[in-house]
Amino acid sequence: MALSTAEVARLAELARIALTPEDLERLAPQLDVILEAVASVSEVAGADVPPTSHALALTNVFRPDAVRPSLGVEDALASAPAVEDERFRVPRILGEEQ
Amino acid sequence: MSHAFLTATASELGRRIAARELTAVEVAQAFLDQIERTNADVNSFLHVDTEGALAQAAAIDARLDAGEELGPLAGVPVAVKDLFCQEGVPTTASSKILQGWRPPYSSTIVQRMLDAGLVLLGKTNLDEFAMGSSTETSAFGPTHNPWDLDRIPGGSGGGSAAALAAFQAPLSIGTDTGGSIRQPASVTGTVGVKPTYGSASRYGVIAMASSLDQPGPCARTVLDAALLHEVMCGHDPLDSTSIDAPVPPVVEAARSGDIRGMRIGVVTELGGEGYEPGVVARFTEALDLLRQAGAEIVEVSCPNFTYALGAYYLIMPSEVSSNLARYDAMRYGMRTGDDGAHGTEEVMAITREEGFGDEVKRRIILGTYALSSGYYDAYYGSAQKVRTLIIRDFEAAFEQVDVLVSPSTPFTAFDIGEKLSDPLAMYKSDLCTIPTNMAGNTAGSFPCGLSPDDGLPVGVQVMAPPLADDRVYRVGAALERLYAERDGGVLTDQLVESWVPVDVAEAIGFDEWDLL
Repeated sequence: MALSTAEVARLAELARIALTPEDLERLAPQLDVILEAVASVSEVAGADVPPTSHALALTNVFRPDAVRPSLGVEDALASAPAVEDERFRVPRILGEEQ
Repeated sequence: MSHAFLTATASELGRRIAARELTAVEVAQAFLDQIERTNADVNSFLHVDTEGALAQAAAIDARLDAGEELGPLAGVPVAVKDLFCQEGVPTTASSKILQGWRPPYSSTIVQRMLDAGLVLLGKTNLDEFAMGSSTETSAFGPTHNPWDLDRIPGGSGGGSAAALAAFQAPLSIGTDTGGSIRQPASVTGTVGVKPTYGSASRYGVIAMASSLDQPGPCARTVLDAALLHEVMCGHDPLDSTSIDAPVPPVVEAARSGDIRGMRIGVVTELGGEGYEPGVVARFTEALDLLRQAGAEIVEVSCPNFTYALGAYYLIMPSEVSSNLARYDAMRYGMRTGDDGAHGTEEVMAITREEGFGDEVKRRIILGTYALSSGYYDAYYGSAQKVRTLIIRDFEAAFEQVDVLVSPSTPFTAFDIGEKLSDPLAMYKSDLCTIPTNMAGNTAGSFPCGLSPDDGLPVGVQVMAPPLADDRVYRVGAALERLYAERDGGVLTDQLVESWVPVDVAEAIGFDEWDLL
């Protein structure tokens, strides 16, 4: 087995997805099968082959540092799940288990 | 009477609108009526922007009436994959997590189409966040293939492809990360092109895997796709991976279709086991036709293509896990569990559990794993090396030939539900299309008849080097012409009877319409 159910549970936690036990039971074996299938990549990945992170060989792209219009407060907040005092209201961020 | 336009090509519609034989409003209304009549069966549109489309059309009519000269697609309707932001118009990526969201800005592609006078009909269905090959992972129900409503229309851009096949729009747009334009085109008998990576701006397109995503045109004919390609592509300073180079002469190539003396390579590795006999038969026939039209056909080996699928399912999920971290329930989109009892991280996790479907969760978790310390070198690192090897295979091949060809997908449209619980079987839909995304070059899918096995459309894929998009169109146009000479039209002509009501067809006198 390439990926255990416990590992999938831990990964979901890292990815901030509160998987239900049913989800876990369904997804974990599927992920194991997928991972086994894709592991073949290491067969040809020799030490002498350089990695490619991007198909375009681009270096940094710069633009002039000029002021241009941006979203106003009203537009930026228009789709927010919760707003308070012209700001995004978020749930409490302190006192959580680490 | 207004239904006369449903089966016409976009170039024909554009010409007649410019000549003021037709108004943009009556054309838009005809397609809106057709969507109204057929969308319950096909489910290709998630949102129809009736008011917006008619207003855009009226504005084009006013400008043309005032004597203004606009581009060749002014007044022509287009359907937009619901992955492109359009200011004020609901944009969901087919995910519950974005349901009800109205973007405060438009993607560059949407803006370019509006500037060219195209009329945006609405947003089309897709696999959730473009993750899938069947449009079944959409949170808003699957799209049905107009050739057989029990079959999938391909994915992720199944809605954009089905809209063309059901004559709901003459043009549509898609995005292609691993085949999401080409595979739907193949299984619906339509045309779809993935431009060279960096040709069409990704600004305002909801990201899946940024080093692979590329917007592109979908149409029923090659010339229509080329005309839309020209509107969509070109340098955009708002996309830092946009290529600052002229758009290749795709329209000229689509009008020419001259392939005499062209060297065409058949990729050995994109065939054999797992390819349906009917697909192979039609592909072989296409090669014969290309040979008769003056091309030289040779076989070319790209040995590392065998590893492309594996490398793709490491690189893509890695980028997905990073890109989709933005859906954190804080600034826009869905939020659940915010009842005072849960902290920020818990609300985030509860929302993502409820808001994302299975395929999205699978990919985020897989990517999180591939990028985690201790596994990074073995998985993501190795996949990046395979990417280099695929690029080298392409470079070596293009030293011998002008274009490469393969079937677009190993099998025709499968039954809805058939592969949904077997992700690996689903992933094989993209075996032939993925290498091009990995290397960043260009490729298109063109219809090559119906499979003798099941009577469903088969597509041939044409791949060309980066910024040689015109070669893709040249070969596509040659094929289209060869089939038209043999069959008297394009493949989707066979769907007219099923999707355009007889009384409408009679009322408009089909014979006078140039279907090509």
